[in-house]
Amino acid sequence: MRQDYLEIRGLRVSFDGFVAVDGVDLTVLQGDLRFLIGPNGAGKTTLVDAVTGLAAASGSAKFDGTELLGQKEHQIARAGVGRTFQTASVFEQLTVLQNLDIAAGSQRRRRSLLRARATVPDSVQLAMETTGLTTLRDRPAAELSHGQKQWLEIGMLLVQNATVLFLDEPVAGMSAEEREQTGELLRRVRRDHVVVVVEHDMEFLRAYADSVTVLAAGKVLAEGTYAQVQADPRVQEIYLGPGSRGPGHQAVH
Amino acid sequence: MSGRFGSRAVVLGGYLLAAVVLFGAAPALLSDFRLRLLAQFLCVAMVAVGIGLAWGSGGMLTLGQGVFFGLGAYIMAMHLQLSDAGPGGRPAFMVTGSGLPWWWELFRNPVTAVLGIVGVPALLALLLGLGVFRRRVKGAYFAILSQASAAAFALLLISQQNTIGGSNGLSNFRQFFGFALSDPVNRRMLYFIAAGVLIAMVAVVHQLRRSRYGELLTAVRDGEERVRFLGYDPALIKVFAYVVAAVFAAIGGALFVPIVGIISPNNVGVVPSIGFLIGVAVGGRATLLGPVLGSLAVSYAGSTLSENFESVWIYLQGLLFVLVVAFLPGGIGSLGGVLRGRRRRPGGVVGEGIGHGPPGPPLVDDAGPERAPADARGGGA
Amino acid sequence: MDAVLGQLYAGISLGSVLLLVALGLTLTFGQMGVINMAHGEFLMAGAYTAFVVQQVIGGAGLALLIALPLAFLVGGLLGVLLETTLISRLYSRPLDTLLVTWGVSLVLQQLARDVFGAPAVEVRAPEWLRGNVEVLGVPFTTGRLFIVVLAVVAVAVLSAVLRFSSLGRRVRAVVQSRGLAETSGIDSRRTDRLTFFIGSGLAGIAGVALTLIASTQPYMGQTYIVDAFLVVVAGGIGQIRGAVLAAFGLGVLQAFFAYSQSVSTAKVLLLLCVIAFLQLRPQGLFSVRTRSLV
Ligand SMILES: Nc1ncnc2c1ncn2[C@@H]1O[C@H](COP(=O)(O)OP(=O)(O)O)[C@@H](O)[C@H]1O
Ligand SMILES: [Mg+2]
Repeated sequence: MRQDYLEIRGLRVSFDGFVAVDGVDLTVLQGDLRFLIGPNGAGKTTLVDAVTGLAAASGSAKFDGTELLGQKEHQIARAGVGRTFQTASVFEQLTVLQNLDIAAGSQRRRRSLLRARATVPDSVQLAMETTGLTTLRDRPAAELSHGQKQWLEIGMLLVQNATVLFLDEPVAGMSAEEREQTGELLRRVRRDHVVVVVEHDMEFLRAYADSVTVLAAGKVLAEGTYAQVQADPRVQEIYLGPGSRGPGHQAVH
Repeated sequence: MSGRFGSRAVVLGGYLLAAVVLFGAAPALLSDFRLRLLAQFLCVAMVAVGIGLAWGSGGMLTLGQGVFFGLGAYIMAMHLQLSDAGPGGRPAFMVTGSGLPWWWELFRNPVTAVLGIVGVPALLALLLGLGVFRRRVKGAYFAILSQASAAAFALLLISQQNTIGGSNGLSNFRQFFGFALSDPVNRRMLYFIAAGVLIAMVAVVHQLRRSRYGELLTAVRDGEERVRFLGYDPALIKVFAYVVAAVFAAIGGALFVPIVGIISPNNVGVVPSIGFLIGVAVGGRATLLGPVLGSLAVSYAGSTLSENFESVWIYLQGLLFVLVVAFLPGGIGSLGGVLRGRRRRPGGVVGEGIGHGPPGPPLVDDAGPERAPADARGGGA
Repeated sequence: MDAVLGQLYAGISLGSVLLLVALGLTLTFGQMGVINMAHGEFLMAGAYTAFVVQQVIGGAGLALLIALPLAFLVGGLLGVLLETTLISRLYSRPLDTLLVTWGVSLVLQQLARDVFGAPAVEVRAPEWLRGNVEVLGVPFTTGRLFIVVLAVVAVAVLSAVLRFSSLGRRVRAVVQSRGLAETSGIDSRRTDRLTFFIGSGLAGIAGVALTLIASTQPYMGQTYIVDAFLVVVAGGIGQIRGAVLAAFGLGVLQAFFAYSQSVSTAKVLLLLCVIAFLQLRPQGLFSVRTRSLV
């Protein structure tokens, strides 16, 4: 079986002179559940933004031989790179089923769009089961709880037919049990996906990360297994060291 | 809405009822004069159906539908004048000047005239839409540009005194594709055409709303950026609805001409363009029938009141905009739900939850990176 | 050469008018994201204020000087009234605000018609604003020159207020990040009201100025409002320097188009220019950067 991978080289994002991502190299292989951690404002979300077309960046981000940088968001999504958002963003007025169906449908032929959905697509059915939303199928997303919305968002990512999955703080605000389920789900999908999870939660990280990349002030500080990274003095300093609680609350989202 | 048990019967019943009222009751009960008035309202309602799709479902506040209405109307009017003038003839109002402009000549043939009525506005909407939506110009920006287009279009018409009648517009049509307009039977036929076309348009929008495209359009309305990351180009989704709305407006304009007997810049400028929206807002922008019913009701109220109490009607128009849009964004139909204390599920009460939604992204106007200041308030978190 | 200068002057004076009208709009649009369609009627109210003052006082010169601050007050109070009663409820629905304020503008127009009558009323210009001055050998009417000066003063004062006063600091804070401004103790509601007062007051002043060059009638607001919105769009929301550049740019462009074509063709060309311009810079000339989620 061919192994997909995402290769980021010299990625750099600057906002009016402020460099949020500063020459990041990152390679993630299929089957490796990669966690991206770092203090608030380290540039994690911005990195995801850059690779998915939301923030203009220089350098290179290649998947499956195609350069992602410079393409439009929807082209990148079609090339097989999907993401979730730090703030769950689902279509509140649409039902769970409709949300998932839209996520599953970007490859549909134009003409078929003009018809109503006759049956629930298999992938959508499966995603509802995986995310435990089957019973909420016809509820508008606005009525879901916070955790359920995040699950829906993950479900949308799964049906999207993407190979590279970026999840931006997927378990924030979830209960312990929900976290566990999410972790198990991520373990399952990593087999045939390239998965990058941005996360703060150290417990979650320890339980599920295959490998970890630490980002600080826009640069890669360390990379390795959880144990290796934890043992790294520079990482310790960032997380525990004197006066080094990171830029604190200044990150906006 | 769709897919619910028995909904098919309800839908069929609805169409049947509409057909009975429009084709049976109205012609039987109304005088010729009233029927003609109703036909005129039906034409305006066609514009409203399109606005319901673009604005209600798609969140595109288009304040320039008068442009498309006018294009359809003027093309029809040119054709009617040419066919009145006979082969090779020139319209009566063009006494001076030399030859007929080439773009008049285009619409002498009835087939090209009909094609032009649909094609010219569609093409313009396509170009404008691509130009604007591709560059992610939206929300208030789009509204302003569309309004400016209506202003410019009306001015352009006014300036063309010799070629298109200037501020007098075009009038005095004698026949409609060979049928004398003085004959009451033919006038009745025009009414039936308008009624049939309107029902067909509602059916088209109905199908679009329940299709996957309709869901996608709503998704774009509520989260354009999110749709992008699912692999769609929102610009194309929006352009389609915009073009459909433009074509509906143009057809409404085209039928307006033989029914009313005159088209002038007064019917297409900034004020009438935004006027098309009152009925849509009153009836419920995000519902299927709201725009039609609201538009008919507002047209009726307008023609009844403005005959005798012109200023009262203007005050009422203003107040309708203020009260309905500010306090009943779901339209009059949502009044019951609002009075009952909004007890029902969020999103279920007000049409499709326009405006009153639970905390979440601001509706209609989506929270994209472009709309920074408003985002700072609405989106965020 | 003289013709070119003449058109340039026409463009500059049109630009000044547009700027006066657009300044207030861009302020409220920038801070609150709302489009006030009744802004043109605030302008009309300013013009009628000038008319009423002149009826009472008689002397055109003195009346003008009194009318300017009074119209600022009238426009400003109308704006605050509108903000507190309606707009403040609609901040999460900017597009709906547009329609609601359109309704308000219909009512105000009709009100003016019922009070003052539909025909234009006469506001006399003072003696010293009736002549011509020669600038570079080409005449420029003093009335128009007065408007140019007024626009320049308005921009200068407004910029100074925004830059140096505490109100200005609050406004800028709210524009850049409302949430952050609130958590740092700024009463953003009060700031909104003040901004609305100033923005609408500027419309009142613009109205007085317009009595010098245009007729005072119930629909005068509509004449300029569409173009003023184009200025706001092209200039970038909430950006005074953007509004200045866009107003003079569009004014001069329109004057030259109108010279070579007709006024109406000029309008169409102008619109096309703005749309073409937005292809290059969809956010207008300048924009405030704030981060927003998707
Ligand atoms: N659009 C933007 N404009 C200016 N600065 C930004 C923008 N987006 C992010 N930043 C800044 O870039 C840095 C990285 O932000 P972010 O990627 O959100 O961090 P993280 O997700 O790691 O917490 C922060 O300092 C943030 O303030
Ligand atoms: Mg982040």
